[in-house]
Amino acid sequence: MPNLIEVRDLRVSFRVGKSEVFDAVKGVNLVVPERATVALVGESGSGKSVTAMSIVRLLPDNAQLGPSSQVLFEGRDLLQLAPERMRALRGKDISVVFQDPMTSLNPVFTVGDQIAEVLRIHMGMTSTQARSRALDLLAEVGIPEPRARLNAYPHELSGGQQQRVMIAMAIACEPKLLIADEPTTALDVTVQRQVVDLMAKLQRERQMSMLFISHDLGLVGEIADQVVVMRQGEVREAGTANEVFEAPRDAYTRALLACRPRLDARPLRLPVIDDFMNDRAPVLEQRVSLPAEGAPLIAVSGLRKAYRLKEGLFRRKEIEAVRMADFELHRGRTLGVVGESGSGKTTIGMMLTRLTDPTAGSIRFEGTDLTGLSSTALQAWRRRIQIVFQNPYASLNPRFTVGQILMEPMRIHGIGADEAARTRLTLGWLDKVGLPRAAFGKYPHEFSGGQRQRIAIARCLTMQPEVVVCDESVSALDVSVQATVLNLLLDLQEEFGLTYVFISHDLAVVKYMADDILVMREGEIVERGSAHDIYTNAQHPYTQQLLAAIPRGHRPAPSALELAAA
Amino acid sequence: MSAAQTPQAQLAEPDGPEVAVEDLLSLPKSPSVWALAARRLRSDRGGMFSLWIVLAFLLLVLLAQFGVLAGNWQKEVAVPFAPPHFMGADAKTAAGAAATAPANVDLSDVDPLAPRYAEWAERAAKTKTVETVKADTLSFGADRIGRDVLDKAIKGAQVSILVGILAAFVATLIGTVLGALGGYFGGKLDDFLEWVYNVFTSVPYILLIFALAAVFRSGPLGKVFSDGIAAVVIILGLVGWTSIYRLVRAEYMKHRGREYVRAAEAIGAGHGARMFGHILPNVSHIVLVQLSLHVVSFIKAEVILSFLGLGVPIDMVSWGTMLGEAQSELVLGKWWQLVAATAFMATFVTAFAILTDALRDAMDPKLR
Repeated sequence: MPNLIEVRDLRVSFRVGKSEVFDAVKGVNLVVPERATVALVGESGSGKSVTAMSIVRLLPDNAQLGPSSQVLFEGRDLLQLAPERMRALRGKDISVVFQDPMTSLNPVFTVGDQIAEVLRIHMGMTSTQARSRALDLLAEVGIPEPRARLNAYPHELSGGQQQRVMIAMAIACEPKLLIADEPTTALDVTVQRQVVDLMAKLQRERQMSMLFISHDLGLVGEIADQVVVMRQGEVREAGTANEVFEAPRDAYTRALLACRPRLDARPLRLPVIDDFMNDRAPVLEQRVSLPAEGAPLIAVSGLRKAYRLKEGLFRRKEIEAVRMADFELHRGRTLGVVGESGSGKTTIGMMLTRLTDPTAGSIRFEGTDLTGLSSTALQAWRRRIQIVFQNPYASLNPRFTVGQILMEPMRIHGIGADEAARTRLTLGWLDKVGLPRAAFGKYPHEFSGGQRQRIAIARCLTMQPEVVVCDESVSALDVSVQATVLNLLLDLQEEFGLTYVFISHDLAVVKYMADDILVMREGEIVERGSAHDIYTNAQHPYTQQLLAAIPRGHRPAPSALELAAA
Repeated sequence: MSAAQTPQAQLAEPDGPEVAVEDLLSLPKSPSVWALAARRLRSDRGGMFSLWIVLAFLLLVLLAQFGVLAGNWQKEVAVPFAPPHFMGADAKTAAGAAATAPANVDLSDVDPLAPRYAEWAERAAKTKTVETVKADTLSFGADRIGRDVLDKAIKGAQVSILVGILAAFVATLIGTVLGALGGYFGGKLDDFLEWVYNVFTSVPYILLIFALAAVFRSGPLGKVFSDGIAAVVIILGLVGWTSIYRLVRAEYMKHRGREYVRAAEAIGAGHGARMFGHILPNVSHIVLVQLSLHVVSFIKAEVILSFLGLGVPIDMVSWGTMLGEAQSELVLGKWWQLVAATAFMATFVTAFAILTDALRDAMDPKLR
């Protein structure tokens, strides 16, 4: 099969500051055959997006290409092409779908106009022709009532529909190559499933090539014919999906495949990259949940949160973020809360920590109702129930050193005799969460995402809480880092007998962490039960839908491509 | 309250993993944002050059404040309108003085006081008088009554710069506190502050200054602020806080929902700690840049006020009063007071504006 794109010895570096140069891509060779899907997989900073963007030459101004780099598209070197010829090629022969549809669509034009614009520019259609073609395209990407949607503005569509519009724009000119840069990362699981299915279908029907960039190996396994694994600007492994998933040669690939929590096993600790790089045997012992005995630590009943929105001059609309939530927390156990965006799972966490005031209901912590407490009376309870936020880049004050961040809560709650004692305690907690003591005088921006999340966890621990709410605490982290942070959380639970409320949209992670699970949808708890029961015997159709949407990874059956080749 | 005591009892348990560290100071420290900003500023050549000029002016202000420089600015050291050195003594004035010397006519036979002249002359000889020799020329010339223009310009710099800096501090303080309150709490308080802001901005700028000047100069408060520059500082501060308020309010609205502020709430930090301990360090670079922008604009405002006669009291001198005097002198062809005041002001204001620009680049490198 002839190759559509051949990337040869691609080297990209970025000028940072005056004289420093950061090498993002270090000599990558890559081939995209015709009518095939190639997946580019890697964690953040692996150079996968930079590689893809240098194919379409959409790199920022401070990027420098290596002198011997070549990107051959049907025999022509795209890197040497004149800018106007490149512009004619982009959007027509090669088109791109970006990660965030919200920011990729222009909010002041209707989606019909935006699709028609592409057609007029590249295909030379009249506006009537372009509009009718846009209608067909919207129907093709599966947007319901396409005629009505033609005149809709982007904000009137859901995230999944916006991404479908982006795909419609990308395929409008019958491109030979579609580059999809993390097209489903910003979407919910069930929507992700639909969008991935759509892209696979379009690729088959239109006989185009697709370069699919993702951090999620499970997702890639479902869609790709060939897989390229990148790390730190280098290709670690490349081959057919079968080879890479069934018999990975590289230790890093093996680690990536292993460190995602599996649905069918619950080992004591998750394997991490380090284990594979140093050939340590993975832990095989299974984790057992602590029994739920005695009175619950926290009993929540009838918890409700409603927001009132102004509609017109006098009308008020009430939106219920959480409806009548009841649940119990037992000491030393983990309660998982799963749901898609807008399900009210974060609001529950916020109400538990009283960062949001509930509209109705009670939160009884060892019998005391926290909802009625004044802010002074609450202070003593605040110490016992803490929260770790989703985004470690936003939850640490950038102007405080790590030492200041960790010592502040101790100062507020009068923990430690004096500053010297608090400093010693702080250093002790840094040891506990696996950070070097040298971190004490540093600022948050000097740490990676995983390290920052460790700082946030240490900040909670300084108050020695009993309950920790983890609100999507690992969602912003790379897969391999996720595993290490999850292991840390388990270590701490074991040592201090912590009770976790683990909120996440990621069902696999919740399945691994939680003992009991609440499934939420539009503010309501639709299903509850032990983690095992929910995953093996889901009753509610929504839960079943969620479970079906989890990427299952590669299935060893021979792909269509291999059948065709045979 | 028995329930609230439960957590207190929990505090009795050990406080956590305390480790023994001999020397806490040996831990490495990273440079703070301010240190990094200073490093960036140092690499900005234009900014550093202006910084030196501004520092030189501030030194001048300090020396003038303690009377080391220009202490005798009110002394009439030269003949009226003595021109600068390089122009030479005014020939016409010298010749005119000689020509109008009175002719000596003997009036003693009709003068009733004549017999007492000798006695008075004798008594006058007993009192010591110092005969000052009035200079014909000065380095920068002299004004209407023979005061040194250079001394006046230095003394004027002291008053103008001091007024500018103090007024900018007052305006920044008002703007930051109100902006923080409005942006952080929102709701009714914010509505009220917005209303105050709208009232302030709806009145034309000069009219507002006139109204405040009327209150602080001749109104009921006139007595309190009769001397010194306090009145001008307060007038300018009260008029100029509005734009800082809006900026700081917007920043606080942006930051109050950020996760680090929610995290601070979760660990039990109060409103004050969150407002000024957590958010303020994150917006302080904006406040600082606004402060220095306002120093420049307030120096100009003080000049306008003094020019209009509403600024500093009559027994003080500022760049504004010098320009005011220069207006009538210019008709007579005496331009040096105008040039001296303008040159001083232009140098300082330009240097300060460039420094402000460099500061903004240094503190917020993303903006560039």
